Amino acid sequence: MSNLTTYIPAYMPTWRRYKDRLATLTISAGGASVLMAILLIFFYLLYEVMPLFNGATIEKSNELHLSAKNNASVYSAMEEQGEVALIIGSDWQANFFNIASSELLESVDLLADSGDIISFASESGDSRLLGVAHINGRVNLFKHEYALSYPNGERLITPRLESVYAEEDLGFDGLSLKSLAIRDGEDSLTIAGILPNNEVVVKSYAKEVDFLSDEMSLQAQRLSLPPLAGLPAAIHIDADQRWLFFLSEDGHYSIVDLGSPDENGIQKLADSGLLFRNGGSVSSSAMLLGGISLLAASSTGELAQYFMVREKQGSKLQTIRHFDTGGTVVKKLLPEHRRKGFLALGEDGLLQIFHSTAHRMVLKEKLLPEGKLSMAAISPRGNTLLLGQGSSTIQQWKIHNEHPDVSWTALWDKIWYESYDQPEYIWQSSAANNDFEPKISFTPLAFGTLKAAFYAMLIATPLAICGAIYTAYFMAPALRRKVKPLIELMEALPTVILGFLAGLWLAPFIEDKLTSVFTVMLIVPIGILLFAFLWSRMPMAFRTAVPEGWHPALLVPVICLLGYLCFALNDAMELLFFGGDMRKWITNELGISFDQRNAMVVGIAMGMAVIPTIFSIAEDAIFSVPKHLSYGSLALGATPWQTLVGVVLPTASPGIFSGLMIGMGRAVGETMIVLMATGNTPIMDANIFEGMRTMAANIAVEVPEAEVDSSHYRVLFLGAFVLFMFTFIINTAAELIRQRLRTRYGSL
Amino acid sequence: MSAANWLRSGEPMIWLNAAAVSMCVIAVVGLVGLLAVRGFGHFWPSQIVQGTIVSGESRTAVMGEAVDKVSVLGEQLREAGFILEGNSEFFDRTLLKQGNRDVYGSDFVWIIDEQMKDNAVPFNALVVERMEWGNLYGFLETIRSQGNVIADYTTDPDKAWAILQREVKKIIAIREDIYSLERVEIGHINHAMEGLRLQQRGHELKGALSPATQADLAAQRATLNKQYKALQGELQQLYQSMSGIEYTVALADGRKVELPLDKVVRAYRPNAMGIFAKSGLYLERLWEFLSAEPREANTEGGVFPAIFGTVMMVLLMSIIVTPFGVIAAVYLREYAKQGFITRTIRIAVNNLAGVPSIVYGVFGLGFFVYFVGGELDQLLFPAALPSPTFGTPGLMWASLTLALLTLPVVIVATEEGLARIPKSLREGSLALGATRAETLWRVVLPMASPAMMTGLILAVARAAGEVAPLMLVGVVKLAPSLPVDGNYPFIHLDQKFMHLGFHIYDVGFQSPNVEAARPLVYATALLLVGLIALLNLTAVAMRNRLRERYKSLDT
Repeated sequence: MSNLTTYIPAYMPTWRRYKDRLATLTISAGGASVLMAILLIFFYLLYEVMPLFNGATIEKSNELHLSAKNNASVYSAMEEQGEVALIIGSDWQANFFNIASSELLESVDLLADSGDIISFASESGDSRLLGVAHINGRVNLFKHEYALSYPNGERLITPRLESVYAEEDLGFDGLSLKSLAIRDGEDSLTIAGILPNNEVVVKSYAKEVDFLSDEMSLQAQRLSLPPLAGLPAAIHIDADQRWLFFLSEDGHYSIVDLGSPDENGIQKLADSGLLFRNGGSVSSSAMLLGGISLLAASSTGELAQYFMVREKQGSKLQTIRHFDTGGTVVKKLLPEHRRKGFLALGEDGLLQIFHSTAHRMVLKEKLLPEGKLSMAAISPRGNTLLLGQGSSTIQQWKIHNEHPDVSWTALWDKIWYESYDQPEYIWQSSAANNDFEPKISFTPLAFGTLKAAFYAMLIATPLAICGAIYTAYFMAPALRRKVKPLIELMEALPTVILGFLAGLWLAPFIEDKLTSVFTVMLIVPIGILLFAFLWSRMPMAFRTAVPEGWHPALLVPVICLLGYLCFALNDAMELLFFGGDMRKWITNELGISFDQRNAMVVGIAMGMAVIPTIFSIAEDAIFSVPKHLSYGSLALGATPWQTLVGVVLPTASPGIFSGLMIGMGRAVGETMIVLMATGNTPIMDANIFEGMRTMAANIAVEVPEAEVDSSHYRVLFLGAFVLFMFTFIINTAAELIRQRLRTRYGSL
Repeated sequence: MSAANWLRSGEPMIWLNAAAVSMCVIAVVGLVGLLAVRGFGHFWPSQIVQGTIVSGESRTAVMGEAVDKVSVLGEQLREAGFILEGNSEFFDRTLLKQGNRDVYGSDFVWIIDEQMKDNAVPFNALVVERMEWGNLYGFLETIRSQGNVIADYTTDPDKAWAILQREVKKIIAIREDIYSLERVEIGHINHAMEGLRLQQRGHELKGALSPATQADLAAQRATLNKQYKALQGELQQLYQSMSGIEYTVALADGRKVELPLDKVVRAYRPNAMGIFAKSGLYLERLWEFLSAEPREANTEGGVFPAIFGTVMMVLLMSIIVTPFGVIAAVYLREYAKQGFITRTIRIAVNNLAGVPSIVYGVFGLGFFVYFVGGELDQLLFPAALPSPTFGTPGLMWASLTLALLTLPVVIVATEEGLARIPKSLREGSLALGATRAETLWRVVLPMASPAMMTGLILAVARAAGEVAPLMLVGVVKLAPSLPVDGNYPFIHLDQKFMHLGFHIYDVGFQSPNVEAARPLVYATALLLVGLIALLNLTAVAMRNRLRERYKSLDT
């Protein structure tokens, strides 16, 4: 045609030429942009997903110079916005600074009148609770609080240090503590300390609220501990105040069960052993957000996460995962306040940011010269880092670390989640509490998707392909013209209707008539064969009354009758074989759990949705096999069935296969049917009597509630991307097969 | 032929294949039949039965419509603490819709048939459909106006019945007045008020809120307020005129309740009705279903807003998808250089038709709603911020998303049509001196129009039944108003809308009273199937007409 388009007629006024050019331009531009817009889907999904796999970045934003005594710091922290820093120096002055201007906002003397302080403890970064032990044995607790106000429309942060339980005597009868650990909860407060003679002491305070005055008082109880081996390096208490983690200098741990004393009133030693694989002493330790996991780093460069796991002989400390620090000896561990991530600062000034659940390092950068780290703090939002360099400067770093919690491992591997007995695949993306560990394993969703698709294909494949074979090859043309559109009509049936029927009609029906569902599968084929055999025994005159290729019309009443008989006899059969209730029998006798909305219901409903797709493509493929092939075969003496199996099906098989793949693609992406016909619980069980949650249903359920651009939101987009790619690849393969088929027919 | 030979001949396999066809056909017909029976059955006024449940010493009188029947193992019933007399293995249980949720707490009750004694079909049984608390079943006693008895059913049933019907008719008329006042006129004022607020905010943002404009706006607001006050007074009066009439009903168990008549939608005595009266009521209820708005958390009343939303969305989608799909197909087939790239694009477009619809929904939410919508709001509607105008799911985004979803279908179908047009026709046109654009417009496109129609049919069929992506980009369970009304700009593309498919999902699965809503869901499903069939048939008819017109060319 190109030779024609260059031909310009003799008479052609300019405006016509312009119009032609304009049309060419518009159509080319319009057409190209529409095609681009379609491809945009792919790129947009990719664009939303990419940030998940980017690491973190860090940049220095400010440097402060403070007087020397503030720097040899005991503790530092930041408020929500990362604007105000609290620095407790070695002179036990708690100073609040404005980070941007290094202006001193507030200063509190922690010494008060109780004499020198000898130890200090912080409960956890996110709780802002601090404790100090004075030389005279007093223990005081503080909380740093920040009040927000907006005078003149500008944000003003007013920090203060508030005394907590000031009226209570929290000490150990005048004994001075060289080390301290605190944990405050809703019902109780636990304080642990180490005496100068290395003995560990623990006091538990039960909170009692006076129901008249609503005032709270603490009831102290001193706990007796078993002897603990080794020189103490650190003590930690878990969030439930059940376990006391005692880490000794030589890398041993001892765990005391604070919940259950033995008959002598001494708390039991739950577990003890070596922390590190390669030995070495403890260089740093901390509790991760939530107070369940313990992080510990060794002097040999090891870094690992541990938590208590319930076993047959009681709870034991389990090493959950090791983090590769590249040999860096971690000097300070900073758990994040809102996520299960943490920062590890090395002796050599190297910062590494890890995420525990995702088992991933998102950043590795050398920030300070070796041996210069004097203090470090992370802001609650995890986007600001304060680093003390030597004794004179404090650096402020901005961290961009949006999605540390997603990794290949977190998405597809078995993960040992906190408070679980073993590594598992779990999808549980959100919960009400702040220190929740998101469980974002795609595996149960992928499993559910394939399970639903499998059962759907199990129903659809035989019906659609056998139906297609008969319709294309044996059926009388007059009947075919009616049957084919009728079955294809089902394609236009909205899946929401199939889903609703499956959930509200089919599911209770199957539950009620479970026995007959199985007998139908057995009786109907046998009955049909029996009918066919009897038919072949009928007198010729009778048989020829029904023209060739009208078998299905004959079978409709037979199948209806058989089906009706099966369902009518359901109660009797159930009584005979299963004591009256097959569902109960399955649960009690076979030990298989039974959900009303299960994979069988989904399989039947989704099978109905997939049948027309497969039927239509397979029928076309069989029908377009050149007739001379089958005529040749028949002429050589083969029966129609032999011709079909030996000649027609092999030729059409790529087309049938491509129909199956497209049907599979449809089953994988179907949303409404699974949403309505299953319980949508993300379990991993191939049991036909239990439900599942599929990728598509998961997206439909969770996307409207996901916070825009959060990890959860992007993970759901990733799910959509996976679905997109999966169906796209399947369909492309099917299309290629079909094209090959076309060329093959062309040559025949 | 012996049995062995018969087996060997392959005949059984052919029969089994034939059975597969039969089963598919049975499934399709059965499915549609099930929907039709249940959907149409919903509107028929069913018989009211009365009886006494005798269980040991306790006796409870019940009345209502029998809805469902199952047979349960007697053993299980005995385990659950039922006292049974008969000793058969299975017992029938009937689900009775007893209504009166405000009195009994639940609409439905399961009754073991054996325990149901003194069954009767009371002639005077009354059914009252109400605005709230579901149906009422009972016996009418008296009607009172302002405390005075104006009719007594027990003494003069015919007169009392006539009065009841008359009063209900009056109330319905008043209710319509209230509706038009609230929705149309007060809605208009609200719309204008919101417009004024946005104007003021817009001026503020520009820093150009002069005292003059401020005064002007205040004056306009005052006028609107005055109109509003007047309407409010009118409304008050209408409400006043509705109240004051009460009716007393004796329930099945003898309790008497006195209820206000202004909550009544319809009152009838099904057992007293003949076949013609029932048919009339049937049509009335069917019409209500098609034309009215939903009541009681969508479980009663009509689905008109959902029908309207579905049709509106499909129309908008068709308007968007047809030109774009056709342009893309024409470009791909007529203008682009045929080669590896066009072939790849063709396969890619073809495959996009098989991409799950939820993926399009996610794309629509992320790209259209949050990205494009968010930007549009910043640019065009800064005055309304922080409440989003287009930065939230709505009709336009839903139509766009579905247009994108159906674009491959239209492209593929149109392309096939273009490919089928003989080259000689184009060449003839060009040889006669027409330009390429003229050839396209006068020869190629008209001939390809049946194919475009086919594409549009497939697109509409897919779009009308698609729910999953719509859940993300604009469909809600209850939209406060239709996306088209008398307020400028008349079509509100930013509004959320209702959809039949989502209605089915929502009422069937998210509603607190699924049992009561079930018949309505069947009816809605039937309606959706009908709507899709109608859209399809219209398009098929149009295609056939077009095909007929160009038949002489199509050789």
